[in-house]
Amino acid sequence: MQQFFQALFSGLADGSIYASLALALVLIYKATEVINFAQGEMAMFTTYIAYALLTHPHFGHTFSYWPAFFLTLVIAFVFGVGLQRIVIKPLERASVLTVVMATIALLVILNGLAAWIWSPELKFFPSPFPTSTWVIGGVHISKQDTGTFGVTIACVVVLWLFFRFTKLGLAMRAGAVNPVAARLLGVRTSWLLALGWGFAAVLGAVSGMMSAPTNFLSPSMMQAVLIFAFAGAILGGLESPVGAVAGGLGLGVLLSMLGTYVHPVTPELRLPVALLILLVVLLIRPAGLFGRVVVRRV
Amino acid sequence: MRSRLGYIGFAVLVAAVVVAPLVSTHYRTYQLAFVAIYLIALLGLNILTGFTGQISLGHGAFLGVGAYVTTILVVDHGWNDLLTLPVAGVVAGVAGLAFGLPATRFAGPYLALATFAIPLSFIGLLKRFPHFTGGTLGKQLPSVHSQFGIHANSSVWIYWVSWIVALVMFLLAFMLVRGRLGRALRSVRDSEIAATASGVSTAGVKTLAFGISAFFCGIAGGLFAIAVTYVNPDTFPIDLSILLLVGIVLGGAGSLSGMIFGALFVEFIRITWGPALLDLFSQVHHINTRAPGSSLVVYGVVLLLVLYIAPAGAAGLVRQLLTGKTAVAAWAKQGRTAAEDQA
Amino acid sequence: MAPLLELKDVSARYGQVAALHGVSLTVEEGEIVALLGANGAGKTTTLRAVSGTVRRAGDVVFAGKRLGRSGPEVTARAGIAHVPEGRGIFAELTVWDNLRMGAYMRRGRPDFRMVLDYFPWLEARRNQQAGTLSGGEQQMLALARAFLQRPRLLMLDEPSLGLAPLVTREVFRVVGDLNQKEGLAVLVVEQNAAIALNTAGRAYVLETGNVAISGTSDALKSDDAVRSAYLGY
Repeated sequence: MQQFFQALFSGLADGSIYASLALALVLIYKATEVINFAQGEMAMFTTYIAYALLTHPHFGHTFSYWPAFFLTLVIAFVFGVGLQRIVIKPLERASVLTVVMATIALLVILNGLAAWIWSPELKFFPSPFPTSTWVIGGVHISKQDTGTFGVTIACVVVLWLFFRFTKLGLAMRAGAVNPVAARLLGVRTSWLLALGWGFAAVLGAVSGMMSAPTNFLSPSMMQAVLIFAFAGAILGGLESPVGAVAGGLGLGVLLSMLGTYVHPVTPELRLPVALLILLVVLLIRPAGLFGRVVVRRV
Repeated sequence: MRSRLGYIGFAVLVAAVVVAPLVSTHYRTYQLAFVAIYLIALLGLNILTGFTGQISLGHGAFLGVGAYVTTILVVDHGWNDLLTLPVAGVVAGVAGLAFGLPATRFAGPYLALATFAIPLSFIGLLKRFPHFTGGTLGKQLPSVHSQFGIHANSSVWIYWVSWIVALVMFLLAFMLVRGRLGRALRSVRDSEIAATASGVSTAGVKTLAFGISAFFCGIAGGLFAIAVTYVNPDTFPIDLSILLLVGIVLGGAGSLSGMIFGALFVEFIRITWGPALLDLFSQVHHINTRAPGSSLVVYGVVLLLVLYIAPAGAAGLVRQLLTGKTAVAAWAKQGRTAAEDQA
Repeated sequence: MAPLLELKDVSARYGQVAALHGVSLTVEEGEIVALLGANGAGKTTTLRAVSGTVRRAGDVVFAGKRLGRSGPEVTARAGIAHVPEGRGIFAELTVWDNLRMGAYMRRGRPDFRMVLDYFPWLEARRNQQAGTLSGGEQQMLALARAFLQRPRLLMLDEPSLGLAPLVTREVFRVVGDLNQKEGLAVLVVEQNAAIALNTAGRAYVLETGNVAISGTSDALKSDDAVRSAYLGY
């Protein structure tokens, strides 16, 4: 029983990292029908920036964790907006596949750039949470896991509040639903796309910084996470932000349970297993767990 | 006119293949052997991407499957290395079909993201079953030796083997895309709705395209193992799949002959041009450009530039030169009426 | 006095196909003008050319200022509300969110009171998903939303499309009200010439991308030849 709760909590912590990145994928997908392949590498790159803030002396001193964290979020936002404006916007009249290719190119560039600037060797990334555990009823709950979950979910909630209650958030939602109508109401949809990329980059940065302490910082650190995030987003139905979060969390828990209770499933098999789960769910429910089946009338 | 141009082009290619080792160093010949190997892989991947319109980021893994099949058969079971090639192709092809069967339910970009998982899964699987695959240490093959009573330098030997196989596979690809299958592939690329309405099973076609392209990559992988004489899980990372994709776009998706440019790019950018470009850059900016990751940056920037400037790749540019018509990037044709493709 | 909206020799094309071949028309401050014609005559394209949804050649002058190569966002900010074909409501958002979007460009709190005076039933449906409204209700919602923009010119594209005659009459009644009480100028595209001419003061009839005939509604209605040739009744 204790094993169950431990697996549950660690699964939720991992799942929150997937959920954050999954939400980023869905944000951009909803607005543009493009899957941003570079989402993981953007997250990785911004995590390296956090690393630089934490370890390289800037203006005579290094930053402590939380100031570096928030500064990184700001930098990530600008980074995301910038990438959309400079790299993606010129291709706005091209086909979806062209834009997807461009995001693949970004993936490659960011991966290479990170290895070039900081070298590919694994680095240690600090965690703001203590490594001790609470013991409640015999169950060991890691503070690290709790913190990870808390921070990631807090970011998701803040973003939700933004979309739900602000004028700009409403405009972004409207622009995703019907861009032409939105423009006729004066919405500068082009800039809102950039905004979407900015938010997605912030979510990615959170995902990366929460993932790095356990998975170590390396240029490839987010590749597997991207797959898990994608799987989570698809499970939730790629159009649904709620689904993306639920899917990511659910996948994390499911993998954790499988890893604990099913012995042939070793850590190296997590990814193939996730892929398998994804394929199985899609065979049964093609629109994902939360998605609606879109019937296209020809 | 086009087919005459094609025959002339093919003859030129064959002539070039025959002449090249006579005028090159052994090292250059060895590199040109890899051009042939990448050509086989790109032909296969092009069938999936350029002709069927599906982006795959996972085909490096099918090369890996082929490479490991060849290695295991040669090292553990004493097969003759060349005879393993068809088996490598078939096993990879079956793996491609197995992936394609469920995965082609996804539409375009989702499928691409699913394929992103293939190399990562492949590496995980290789490490999980070390008694079979040699685990992280990999396996060593006996180095290439002369066969059939002909004695030649091993670079020359592998050059000839690779190019003969490559030319055969080129003809095979040519025949595949010429006929009904080619039309079915292109109909799926251009408009899935129209294809379905015409009775083409889009999932079936896409799965078949996956299988065929994986078959080609498997054969390329087998040759790769023979040429490099060593495989381990890190030989086929996601970078390779991406490089293949860049090669397709650069050569011109939807054009088989363009793949020669693509293959030249893939081989030489890694070893020769990439570092040369970076050295040039470093002379101006005083940065260490031999650092890891620098080559990836080059690939990515090249890909972006091609996407902005010449999305139809080298083949498209050549075509524009010859006919004055601007080609539309094959895989960007979705929704438009199909323009002609070249072989 | 200069007209509120003036089109001078406006052309537009969709890819290779030219849809408008030099259309000229005017809408005066506070008047209702109908744009009539058969399917494919270019009525919708004319509205799109004004709002910038489609690329145009020729001059569009609004409130004395020439609208350059601008997109829909700019035209909206200039004071033109375009309710497109199909209403353009945000189906997945609630009725209330749709209305809020109408006030997007405006500063300060939106004047929902005023809108609810004309469309009182919206209050009860605030949280209903807009896509689940009936056709007529969606049309009203689109009108309400456009009205929240406080435009000087309202452009309506085929408001009667898919609506029962009774509902259509109601829609046009509201349009007439808005025009009379708020001084809102209206340019309405309609296939239903009869009801359009009953509400509008003037009309233009388009045929294959050109203005074939124009005049006051009374004149057009009373000319039998025009009615049978162009208006179909």
